[in-house]
Amino acid sequence: MMARLSQFRLKGLLFLAIAVFAVPLFISNPFHYGLATQIALIAGAVVGLNLLVGFAGQISLGHAGFFGLGAYFSAIMTSTYGWSAIPALIVGAIVVAIIAWVVGRPILRLKGHYLSMATLAVGFIIAIILNNEREITGGPDGMPVPPFDVFGWELSAFGQYSLFGMDISGDLAWYLFAGVVLLAAVWLAQNLIDSPIGRALRSVHGSEVAASVVGVNTAKYKSLVFVISAVYASVMGALYGHFQGFITPSVASFDFSILLITMVVLGGMGSTIGVIIGAVVLELLPQLLADFQEMEMVLFGLILMLTMIFMPKGLLPTATNLLAKRRSKSAGGDA
Amino acid sequence: MTALVEVNNLSKAFGGVHAVEGVSFAVDAGQVYSVIGPNGAGKTTLFNLITGLYTPTSGEVKLNGESIAKLQPNQLAERGMCRTFQQMQICMNMTAIENVMLGRHLTLKSNLLTTLFRLPALTRGEKAARQKSAELMEFVGCGEYLDTEASAMSYGALKRLEIARALAAEPKVVLLDEPAAGLNAVETAALEELIRKIAEQGITVMLVEHDMKLVMGISDRLLVLNYGRVLAEGTPEQIRANPDVIAAYLGG
Repeated sequence: MMARLSQFRLKGLLFLAIAVFAVPLFISNPFHYGLATQIALIAGAVVGLNLLVGFAGQISLGHAGFFGLGAYFSAIMTSTYGWSAIPALIVGAIVVAIIAWVVGRPILRLKGHYLSMATLAVGFIIAIILNNEREITGGPDGMPVPPFDVFGWELSAFGQYSLFGMDISGDLAWYLFAGVVLLAAVWLAQNLIDSPIGRALRSVHGSEVAASVVGVNTAKYKSLVFVISAVYASVMGALYGHFQGFITPSVASFDFSILLITMVVLGGMGSTIGVIIGAVVLELLPQLLADFQEMEMVLFGLILMLTMIFMPKGLLPTATNLLAKRRSKSAGGDA
Repeated sequence: MTALVEVNNLSKAFGGVHAVEGVSFAVDAGQVYSVIGPNGAGKTTLFNLITGLYTPTSGEVKLNGESIAKLQPNQLAERGMCRTFQQMQICMNMTAIENVMLGRHLTLKSNLLTTLFRLPALTRGEKAARQKSAELMEFVGCGEYLDTEASAMSYGALKRLEIARALAAEPKVVLLDEPAAGLNAVETAALEELIRKIAEQGITVMLVEHDMKLVMGISDRLLVLNYGRVLAEGTPEQIRANPDVIAAYLGG
């Protein structure tokens, strides 16, 4: 399996890399680049959430809270205190990690509905704080975020850059940057899964009792994966803020938490590439159905329900299973 | 020499029901020690108490002279105690060999950094763990299932897989809860052979089992429980000749 798993891992990553770098061949207008960038950043957060939900079998209905915290921490540090973007992002991730650890330690003792409710509450509390602390966050009106900068070099969607002698627009530059970040996020997640730590995480899902009798400290690993997935959300949130140039507390909203979970479930819990497909579908769908905007939440709810009923394994695993079945059938027919 | 596992006056009550009451015995290192008794006699409860899944109402359990009654199962694994279950506990979301490699958890020292960046140290450890796990699967007799999804394996193969996982943790003592339940005669004979081979490696085996032929054949000593109390304790010959046991259990 290790041979197979690492093969599969590389295949998935290669497929994703091709998809990411092929996108600019098909689109050119800034709006589309903006959408693609947004999808890539949100997909990164979903990859992190999938570690918690898909692999370790836990749940977080408040994950947008961590996304929002990361976004606001970077926004406040770079705009109000004049920090550079990267230190703000890193310190933000550390702060979110500590918060997730402190919060996760007690609530991850809970299971099922109780854990759902507790994580839901965490998300609400964060959203309420962001809404009410006007002095710091600007309240419901939101706050502007300076462009992302690296050693004084700024990445702005309105800039002009040259890469390997080619002139590229700021939109494209941002998209490529987000794509590379997503690839890195996937690579790290896949390394984590195919390791002793990853096995311990998956065993918490498979059988907590089995895990504990061979020496896995299940409480520790649940906290660990909760922290890791929160850090994913925080980093992606910080980048999202820089990219958008302006954030409101909606980045930490309940609706957004549910959207993230729906992406995981639709794409396929426990399938890293699958959940990215889930993110792409659920970000594109509202664009295609722009006329029914007020029905968005209804639509997401419906998708979540139908997925759970008709393909509980999610889009990608279901599709691969079907394909494998068909292949073995046709192979059987030949024999 | 102190016994490897020592149980003193152990009791567990669920509400008013005394599932295990005042049980004492000692298991020396290297023995095959079986716990038998009619259904509901408290055998599995006793195992759950010893392995830290239940907290005793009173009494104590010692492993290598250290009191372990308040420790968590994962802490017991660190001290060399591992087990299998009557209701098998297999991670169905993994392949067969990954389940066994999970048993290597404590021997694989890994930190987050080497993991996330998949540094050579991690790959080396994983390779060794896979090698060892494959050997163990061969040893228990399910070597042909290496990369099979656990959910696609037969009941008998999963039972052996669970033993391989317990052995992967390199335990001093392994507790097998009804390993022969649901197995046919051929599989049971293979299991008997396997338990012998485990004992030959110097691993102490504790066994809860219904199959009397199996138990009498491989045990060094037996403990007979009835209604949560010790009915008899001794060698297979002594147990076979004990009139109380014959009356309560063997039905002679």
